[in-house]
Amino acid sequence: MDLKEKLISSFLAFENQVDVDSFVHNIREEALKEFEDRGFPSKKEEDWKYTSLNKILKEDYSVFPKQENALEYSEVKKYFIHDIDSYKIVFIDGKYSSHLSETTHDGMDVCLMSAALSKPKYRIIIENYFNKIAKGNSISALNTAFSKEGAYIHIPKNKLVEKPIQIIHFSTGNEAALMLQPRNLIIVDENSHLQIIERHQSLTENPVLTNSVTEIFANKRAIVDYYKVQNDNEEASLIDNTFVKQKQESHVSVHTFSFGGKLVRNNLNFYQNGERIDSTLKGVTIIGNKQHVDHNTLVHHQEPNCESHQDYKGIFGDNATGVFNGKVVVDKEAQKTNAFQANNNLLLNDKATINTKPQLEIFADDVKCSHGCTIGQLDDNAMFYLRSRGIPEKEAKALLMYAFANNVLESVKISELKQRINKIIATKLGVNIGFDL
Amino acid sequence: MLKIKNLHASVEDKSILRGINLEVNPGEVHAIMGPNGSGKSTLASVIAGKEEYEVDQGEILFYDDSIDELSAEERAHKGIFMSFQYPVEIPGVTVTNFMKTAINETRKAQGLEEMPANVMLKLIREKSELLDIDRKFLSRSLNVGFSGGEKKRNEIFQMAMIEPKLAILDETDSGLDIDALKIVANGVNKLKSKENAVVVITHYQRLLDYIVPDFVHVILDGRIVKSGPKELAYKLEEQGYDWIKEEVNA
Repeated sequence: MDLKEKLISSFLAFENQVDVDSFVHNIREEALKEFEDRGFPSKKEEDWKYTSLNKILKEDYSVFPKQENALEYSEVKKYFIHDIDSYKIVFIDGKYSSHLSETTHDGMDVCLMSAALSKPKYRIIIENYFNKIAKGNSISALNTAFSKEGAYIHIPKNKLVEKPIQIIHFSTGNEAALMLQPRNLIIVDENSHLQIIERHQSLTENPVLTNSVTEIFANKRAIVDYYKVQNDNEEASLIDNTFVKQKQESHVSVHTFSFGGKLVRNNLNFYQNGERIDSTLKGVTIIGNKQHVDHNTLVHHQEPNCESHQDYKGIFGDNATGVFNGKVVVDKEAQKTNAFQANNNLLLNDKATINTKPQLEIFADDVKCSHGCTIGQLDDNAMFYLRSRGIPEKEAKALLMYAFANNVLESVKISELKQRINKIIATKLGVNIGFDL
Repeated sequence: MLKIKNLHASVEDKSILRGINLEVNPGEVHAIMGPNGSGKSTLASVIAGKEEYEVDQGEILFYDDSIDELSAEERAHKGIFMSFQYPVEIPGVTVTNFMKTAINETRKAQGLEEMPANVMLKLIREKSELLDIDRKFLSRSLNVGFSGGEKKRNEIFQMAMIEPKLAILDETDSGLDIDALKIVANGVNKLKSKENAVVVITHYQRLLDYIVPDFVHVILDGRIVKSGPKELAYKLEEQGYDWIKEEVNA
């Protein structure tokens, strides 16, 4: 039985576990039907031309987490940004770990999706927001069909949430192969500010496939900064589907740091729904071996006077492959749009590959849109300059690569996170030098 | 300190140096002059260890050890420094971080501990004052948006920080106005000692008014064809290179 059949045939059992009368029941059923019709995306689809899921779909995944496998904080502390005060929503093999988490209902909800989907007091919010924007591809439909657990965050208006929220998923190897489908819903009301750090971490060599969906709603003048740290081991794959809907004058940024994993696909979609909105999409990818990272972005400008900034840097060594597919749509009504997109790549040898494709669909006539992509190598003259000052080859390369990615790192607002990322990059590049400026 | 014996070097099969002989001892200042394309800058790059240059014949000894097989960084660790004619712009790496990394990597290679941060800061302050460098400049990206003069001053600042045994200044005077030239020359002179040596590569005699050489060498077609005292530089300034070419041809 292949994975698709396995998922479809286990749907009934899944539905029996959760509340069949709930509002989401119909949504799940429709989503399952969509997945049944369309199946997993294949390379025949334009958006998946350079990323094949075949290899990772072959594993015999357990599709339901069975039990919580306890972890001590000391074992996993290093995966947290532990030197800051933060809320934490932690899952182990797909099950919520109250032991490692720190949630709240004090003036806001930082809690669990399972609670939000089943308790009557959340019903109106769920009806208004759940699965309103997570649409358009069969893989997010699959997540919707099995949506049950994840983070639920609702920040009411006029609230500056000072502590960032860390959403962390651990897999422990309890199962020979595990498929996880976390589902997050984040709603930030008028004038409120929120920072989120998300991480998926496998603690074993057993294969893990995570198919995650996150819906983010930023209401008027809300500010949301979302950081995704993707530094998993080489048997873990991630399909991240993130959908952002913004109301007027809101600012949302998503930074994606992709340093590890077997296959990572980021589907990041921004829908602007109001004037004077600012959307920022940034990413740094540094991979080697046979790793594969694919960024597929969409920014849909629907109203006038909005901005979007996309800046993705990629560094590819060994046999690694990268994909960047960035689409910007500017509707006829969206005059005075300012949309900027850049994708710059370094290939460290002849075997590494990057496929980069900017797509602009502009229907308005008074807009500023720019896009550009570059593919290059490390500059020999710069290398000689650094080495002639006593910096060894490996360190000189690392310094140049860091410098190449630096302007994306500069916009990280949580300094402890930035330091952590600097350290991950140094480890990744095998050097022990401080990149701090 | 530096002994170059019958050095032949080429780049992409194009022969550039055709038998250079040169000896530099501690405490000496040498000037190497010559027209464009004569091989001056190539000589500097070959000594510093640029990989594109192939040594076809002869050898370079530094304190009696051959350095032909050493990488650029290994030569730097031994105390060889080259001030670049065209310093490379590196966005994202600040001058301070660059110096910190260079000094600590050199110390590591020499088996020393990293320099404590406060000592490093003090050193940076001291040496930037010597070169009349604004502190703000140190937190800017290396050479990015620097004027020609700022780039050259930054090169000598690096030299001051690193304190090499042998400093090769490749056309450090080009692109400098007279005030910047004086600052740079003053910096070099303050760093001069009985233990170190300076090789100044230049087109013009004017830098040599400020950094006074003990020896002047003229390079033509990849060979040192004439050497003499500092007065040779004045003669070149007045009469150009033709008379030397004639001498050589005769």
